[in-house]
Amino acid sequence: MIKLFRKSLNTGIVTTSYPDKPDIPIEGYRGLPEREADKCMLCGRCSEVCQTEAISVNAKTDMAWSLDPKRCLFCGYCVEACPKGALKMSLIYELAERAAATQAPGSSVEAASAVKQVLGRSIHIRHLDSGSCNACEWEMTTLTGPVYDIQRLGFNFVASPRHADLLMVTGPVTRNLEIAVKKTYSATPAPKIVVAVGTCACSGGICGQSYASAGGVNQILPVDIYIPGCPPRPQALIHGLLQAMEPKR
Amino acid sequence: MTRLEMATRIKDNLSQMMSIEVKLPTGSDNVIHLETAKENLPAIVGYLYKEQGCQLVQMLGNDEREICGSFRVYLVFVHDGAGLILILRTAIAPEDLVYPSVTPVIPAAHWYEREIRDLYGLEPKGHPELRRLAVHKDWPKQYYPLRRDFPLKKKVPRSEGKFKFIPVEGEGVMQIPVGPIHAGIIEPGHFRFSAVGENVLHLEARFFYTHRGMEKLAEGKTPQEGLLIAERLCGACSFSHSLAYCLALEKLTGTAVSERVDYIRTLGMELERLYNHIGDVGNICAGIGFAFGTMQGARLKEKMQQLNETVFGSRFLRGINTPGGVRRDLDSDQLSLILQTLSQVEGEFRELTEILLASESYMNRVQGTGLLRHDLASDLHAVGPAARASGVDRDLRRDHPYAAYAKLAFRVPVLSEGDVLARVKLRIEETFESMGIIRQVLARMPEGKLKVALKPMPPYAYAVGMTESARGENVHFIMAGQDGRIFRHMVRSASYCNWPVVPSTVPGNVVPDFPLINKSFELCYACMDR
Repeated sequence: MIKLFRKSLNTGIVTTSYPDKPDIPIEGYRGLPEREADKCMLCGRCSEVCQTEAISVNAKTDMAWSLDPKRCLFCGYCVEACPKGALKMSLIYELAERAAATQAPGSSVEAASAVKQVLGRSIHIRHLDSGSCNACEWEMTTLTGPVYDIQRLGFNFVASPRHADLLMVTGPVTRNLEIAVKKTYSATPAPKIVVAVGTCACSGGICGQSYASAGGVNQILPVDIYIPGCPPRPQALIHGLLQAMEPKR
Repeated sequence: MTRLEMATRIKDNLSQMMSIEVKLPTGSDNVIHLETAKENLPAIVGYLYKEQGCQLVQMLGNDEREICGSFRVYLVFVHDGAGLILILRTAIAPEDLVYPSVTPVIPAAHWYEREIRDLYGLEPKGHPELRRLAVHKDWPKQYYPLRRDFPLKKKVPRSEGKFKFIPVEGEGVMQIPVGPIHAGIIEPGHFRFSAVGENVLHLEARFFYTHRGMEKLAEGKTPQEGLLIAERLCGACSFSHSLAYCLALEKLTGTAVSERVDYIRTLGMELERLYNHIGDVGNICAGIGFAFGTMQGARLKEKMQQLNETVFGSRFLRGINTPGGVRRDLDSDQLSLILQTLSQVEGEFRELTEILLASESYMNRVQGTGLLRHDLASDLHAVGPAARASGVDRDLRRDHPYAAYAKLAFRVPVLSEGDVLARVKLRIEETFESMGIIRQVLARMPEGKLKVALKPMPPYAYAVGMTESARGENVHFIMAGQDGRIFRHMVRSASYCNWPVVPSTVPGNVVPDFPLINKSFELCYACMDR
């Protein structure tokens, strides 16, 4: 017992200072692909090798080259395929974005304002696995550990959707979980916020749409916040949760 | 007995028994190909399993009507002593989709045959328990998603149906349904406890909630495209799955990779084992509410995952393996960072585990809990640390070495108790062995090309790739199509073998011990359900 106490004391504080201080990964990390427009000749090789159609190239439009982070696997195939070296994997990973339109009454911006007004930033989160590969789950579990400790930011994971203000949904929504996903959503009291975690949840990702997969959470539920990543870093999850609690658009 | 002598003996014995085609391995190859009529299956399987001690490691269906007019069933066996792989196949004509079940001869076939029935509509006659497995109760009859004429994006209507649980009746017996959505941050599955008070009489589990159609997705993909699928079968086994996939393709095409690639891959395998084992030993404490152990374990696991990111750019070791090599190299700074982190984590992990094993309240909960009997582990072909903690002395790294394992010295710990404590202790021992392996790898890291081009895939050739993940053996079967694309990719993960044994370790324990028992196996759902 004495050893246990001694170990706890000796361990000291291990909690990260993120989000107060930025936490930029070391060079070699595969963040969002970035393009140097000068070097790019819009040949389209990057979009050909992209398995999830995250990159679109169309020389005739204003958006000649665009990349949807919600579809990106961060595999780096586009960078390797570029004949001009115009692409590189950047270190950008804080990619959370708000859904384009407020989709359902009682959700999104409205919910964030209401929740924030009453509770400050004390939010109860329920995890909902809709068919994930478990990588997103491991990163979410890590949030509750000593290093990221999201309780210090007012976030708390709860055991039932009936206790939750916010659902963090992972996975592309499989056929075999679709009913459970809908039931969990309806068991969550309004106002409620839905956060799609990881590329599968954001767009279907590698699973796409198939006999077994709906192709993303927004095919089944109204999504308020997307956190892309395959999987997102724990810091990216914190960034996304803080975004979700920001009532301003 | 040498590999070839063993192979020849099997060929001679079988040829006397029945009409069978046997292709012996040539050169340095270690694969025997066998083909026979479906009626012979039980006899040949009985000979291989009972007389020669071969293990069934994979069984799959394949729709080869466009190739040979028939479906085929493949059974993959290994012979540990001789380091042999035996791939047996049989044709099943579309006019008669029934074949004799091999489950009565080899119990480990029970899930495979149910899955093949769900996905292809092939009927194993004589199977003792033909309930659905891979498709759920609302999946209509006559839809077989892995048949070639079933389109990937087909929308299948939901039908009425009921999943039958084995009834447990009597005074005071109640059922406790749990899941598929659980209380923690974990994957989905449904557990049905039949209990009297707290005491569990029977437990049944329902899986395949995370079935994402990954094998169907792999059809028609190039090797490079398919890699992204293999890597995303599972988060915590990303590296061992991507490697098994690459090994299968390299075997299929006869592509040899450099020694440096072998060493980098071995490093990746052991780094994956480390963050899993260390995290698991910690997380098992969550099953008994011992926050000190949970948090210390989580902290050390995080250190290992941060190391993964610093060295390889990915906390889950994704983006390293590629067919024909690796996509990341290591410099001397990175090598010394790994060594430095290892010695720090090793000391702390030792300290942590000494505290755990000296804690009376911890030992009280883990000792004798969730017993996996050796005969059950062996009959159902349990794998990995869970099997080794029940006296099954098997480890692919030693018995069927891949990457650089044949050149490295390490011990395979085996324990006989089969309880939660044994599974914890086994992981602790493996953690230290794993660190020893990494130190050898780093000390020797040879020079070599990082990547060679994968040779062309001969049409309809097939091969198997196997790796020993933190949870046990992963087996990937790949058959090439005509056009340099994948015709069939079947994934049998370690969890696929171990989930069927978990429910049998729970009766006799109390309901609150289930989370603990479950965590001591720490199995994946995603790479089982696919």
